[in-house]
Amino acid sequence: MGYERQPDFGTPASSSEEQVTLTIDGRPVTVPAGTTVMRAAAEIGTAIPKLCATDSLKQFGSCRLCLVEIDGARGTPASCTTPVAPGMTVHTQTPRLQKLRKGVMELYISDHPLDCLTCAANGDCELQDQAGAVGLRDVRYGYQGANHLGQAKDRSNPYFDFESSKCIVCSRCVRACEEVQGTFALTIQGRGFGSKVSAGTADDDFLSSECVSCGACVQACPTATLSEKSLIEIGTPERSVVTTCAYCGVGCTFRAEMRGEQLVRMVPWKDGKANRGHSCVKGRFAWGYAQHEERITRPMIRASIDQPWQEVSWEQAFAHAASELKRIQAKYGQRSIGGITSSRCTNEETFLVQKLIRAGFGNNNVDTCARVCHSPTGYGLKTTFGTSAGTQDFDSVEHTDVMLVIGANPTDAHPVFGSRMKKRLREGAKLIVIDPRRTDLVRSPHIEAAHHLPLRPGTNVAVLTAMAHVVVTEGLADEAFIRERCDWDEYRDWAEFVSHERNSPETLAPVTLVDPAELRAAARLYATGGNGAIYYGLGVTEHSQGSSTVMAIANLAMATGNIGRPGVGVNPLRGQNNVQGACDMGSFPHELSGYRHISDGATRALFEQDWGVDLDPEPGLRIPNMLDAAVDGSFKAIYIQGEDILQSDPDTRHVSAGLAAMECVIVQDLFLNETANYAHIFLPGSTFLEKDGTFTNAERRIQPVRKVMTPLNGYADWEVTQELARAMGLDWNYAHPGEIMDEIARLTPSFAGVNFRRLDEAGSLQWPVNEAAPQGTPTMHIDGFVRGKGKFVVTDYVPTDEKTGPRFPLLLTTGRILSHYNVGAQTRRTANTAWHPEDRLEIHPVDAEDRGLKDGEWVRLASRSGETTLRALITDRVAPGVVYTTFHHPATQANVVTTDFSDWATNCPEYKVTAVQVTPSNGPTDWQEDYEALSERSRRIAPLEAAE
Amino acid sequence: MNGQERLIYMANQIARNLGAMQHDHAVAAVADHIRMFWDPRMKAKVFADGAGLSPIAAAAIEMLKQGVDPGHQTRATEFNAVDETGGSDAG
Repeated sequence: MGYERQPDFGTPASSSEEQVTLTIDGRPVTVPAGTTVMRAAAEIGTAIPKLCATDSLKQFGSCRLCLVEIDGARGTPASCTTPVAPGMTVHTQTPRLQKLRKGVMELYISDHPLDCLTCAANGDCELQDQAGAVGLRDVRYGYQGANHLGQAKDRSNPYFDFESSKCIVCSRCVRACEEVQGTFALTIQGRGFGSKVSAGTADDDFLSSECVSCGACVQACPTATLSEKSLIEIGTPERSVVTTCAYCGVGCTFRAEMRGEQLVRMVPWKDGKANRGHSCVKGRFAWGYAQHEERITRPMIRASIDQPWQEVSWEQAFAHAASELKRIQAKYGQRSIGGITSSRCTNEETFLVQKLIRAGFGNNNVDTCARVCHSPTGYGLKTTFGTSAGTQDFDSVEHTDVMLVIGANPTDAHPVFGSRMKKRLREGAKLIVIDPRRTDLVRSPHIEAAHHLPLRPGTNVAVLTAMAHVVVTEGLADEAFIRERCDWDEYRDWAEFVSHERNSPETLAPVTLVDPAELRAAARLYATGGNGAIYYGLGVTEHSQGSSTVMAIANLAMATGNIGRPGVGVNPLRGQNNVQGACDMGSFPHELSGYRHISDGATRALFEQDWGVDLDPEPGLRIPNMLDAAVDGSFKAIYIQGEDILQSDPDTRHVSAGLAAMECVIVQDLFLNETANYAHIFLPGSTFLEKDGTFTNAERRIQPVRKVMTPLNGYADWEVTQELARAMGLDWNYAHPGEIMDEIARLTPSFAGVNFRRLDEAGSLQWPVNEAAPQGTPTMHIDGFVRGKGKFVVTDYVPTDEKTGPRFPLLLTTGRILSHYNVGAQTRRTANTAWHPEDRLEIHPVDAEDRGLKDGEWVRLASRSGETTLRALITDRVAPGVVYTTFHHPATQANVVTTDFSDWATNCPEYKVTAVQVTPSNGPTDWQEDYEALSERSRRIAPLEAAE
Repeated sequence: MNGQERLIYMANQIARNLGAMQHDHAVAAVADHIRMFWDPRMKAKVFADGAGLSPIAAAAIEMLKQGVDPGHQTRATEFNAVDETGGSDAG
């Protein structure tokens, strides 16, 4: 589409079912009760002049520009604060109104720099538009009086400027920070003529303030006061494309606003059903990696990893890769090679990679990064509910009365949904947080958790079972729900188990370190506080009992009847943008797309007929099994698309040993990532801006990804996989990802009704999409569980084998921070490093004091697996005995320390519990120095020989 | 842990976590789990050398070695039929 501003109805829509009919400028209009006159007018295309109103914010009524006349009413009320009434007759344009508006506008413009021709917002400025709309032709007051024109610009934020002299103090930025983002970083300081927007810090700049750079203020600003630096530098966009963010599992819809093939800015799309027009610092601003100078755009090969890379043609790269894979299979057997699909790539690309492995490699050695994040969700929810996808959509939170957040930090890891949670909490919902750290949700402006249970890492199952003990023994279980929806006999077995004294909060307190009274109160609140919704993340799954914890969560939800309606449910917060889709597409080694086991003959026959090959009926290797098998000598080659296992997977030494033992490692990525240090073939990848396809978010929402620029490497990722498949002898001829989706739909019942045309029409669709649900399926388990009765599962607490002791007395847990994304390959190559230039080790003041550690100084972090060094951040955010760090920076190599213990059911690594010791340090460890030298050697690219 | 030790550890860990079931059910559940999720070479290694297996894990491995079908013991191992949309085990 060309470029035009997104429609703005001035005030939010009313959800009332009652309809009201009124007349505006002689035209009848019918709208829901509670709608403002301004919005009702906008519905019929009448744009009442406005400045302080925008439909993402509550009505404010300060600019006095939107005045109207209403028959029978006194004065000239503001249309943004006046609700419609039956029979109301409104006039939006009269001589009286025109005179009033012009007078108001004169005052604004008398204190505004008239530099429109050189202003970044020229042609896209609401103030400019409204001056035109009210017919302003001169300013009687002149421009020589007291004014704000000499105010200094605040350019501290890496992504946007604040130019106070252009501010009209409409408060839209302040209100957006409060209402949409919920950070309350901005305020209006002073009164009257002295009023100004302030970031509220001593330096009064955005960078040193509480601002999280979500961009809501920039989005809301009607002038050029808050402008993206990219817009200032490049100029106004001339076209736009609606697409889906490639960062976290929230799946925000953005409008990529372009000038030619240059991206000017990413603006959250108000019609996006996952984000509802909001964004975070990553999706909104951190897209500079797409054009980063370190991107590799030509294929490269080398005989061994101690040699420099040699650039080759695509044809040479594909031929060499196919030749190596075939050679290795001939030598070591059909099952000696495999691959990893990417949860950052599209559904279509992921489908092709697993198809290449199953149909081309002839085995099922395919896995994906869900192995190391939410695979226990799959096991746990499937066992209890019969299906494992999240039970709710994001809109459900608007109906929640009690949120139980366990092992998740949504304001950092899923920030746009975190803002929606905070909004609901400000409206009065209650909050329970179960987390070893005092996350931002526990206490932030206008939000305080009713209960924070700072448990000892590794005791999730014990805490949840203790909560169940309270629910059952205090008679708080919803027996009617259980009898109707669940297996009653299994419930009784489970109830007997949890009721045992050994599972009481008091008995378990020495294990969990949770105050029993606080735990009892939290359980009572969840069971009796109205709609109770559980949100959880990797703090639940990445444990040796990750799957058991998920089942304990499901038990608790079923026991209290918190399933099957808006506002309740069990909601896994997924990590990567397309981790749901990657799993849907058959990325696990035991199943084909649509969650059908590879051993099922009828399923295999369907695919065999379509693909024209025989399929291996045996499950393949999971990622950790591939590495074990590599060390043991039976797994020799791997094709990794868009995944950096050396940095992201646990026990780095073991991962590197596995990779080093392989004869052919093929990495397809944007950059020479850490895994590529051990690679023999590098195939350049493409960004989400350079291809068409779909992502599926945490709500099972399939959303279009649209190409906005030509791939720097010449190929979208699906084309690279297709060429590799052809080189392997497969006759693939997809001309467009839409054809791949047609094949997915043909072979996958839950996608039967999905195609690109329907996605374009609907914007997005939540699977299953089929004849029974042609418009998709927003909510699960409404009338009953998808597969029969809900099952209660006894979840015995089995302590992890990772034990603290005299040598390693502290427990390390790891996580993400707002400004960075996973291994940081993308965000480290953006200005987001301004907020987080390095990983730090959070340690409690008491633990730091015991060890003579000082804030900001280097410390040595050692475990049974390895050791690293990083700088300390002394904070009581972590409990005594617990330390915490992120894993965004390869220089830290946090996963050198983590162990290879994993979830009993799925092999999801136990990232969240590592026994460690922390001591003062003078500098990097031998491992860090050796690794840095290896990285430097490994990233050498041989100069091209001059052509003769 | 070397590769063999890891496989024994994994089998025992599964047995420990499914051990709350009645014994025969637990044995079948461990066998079912390994059958549905382990690669053939992993199974073969444990079949060849089961030293260190717990009693439940050892019985489960023996069941698989004998070619006995343990049946589906948990819904985690019940997958969609070819034309079914319902279940999932998304990560």
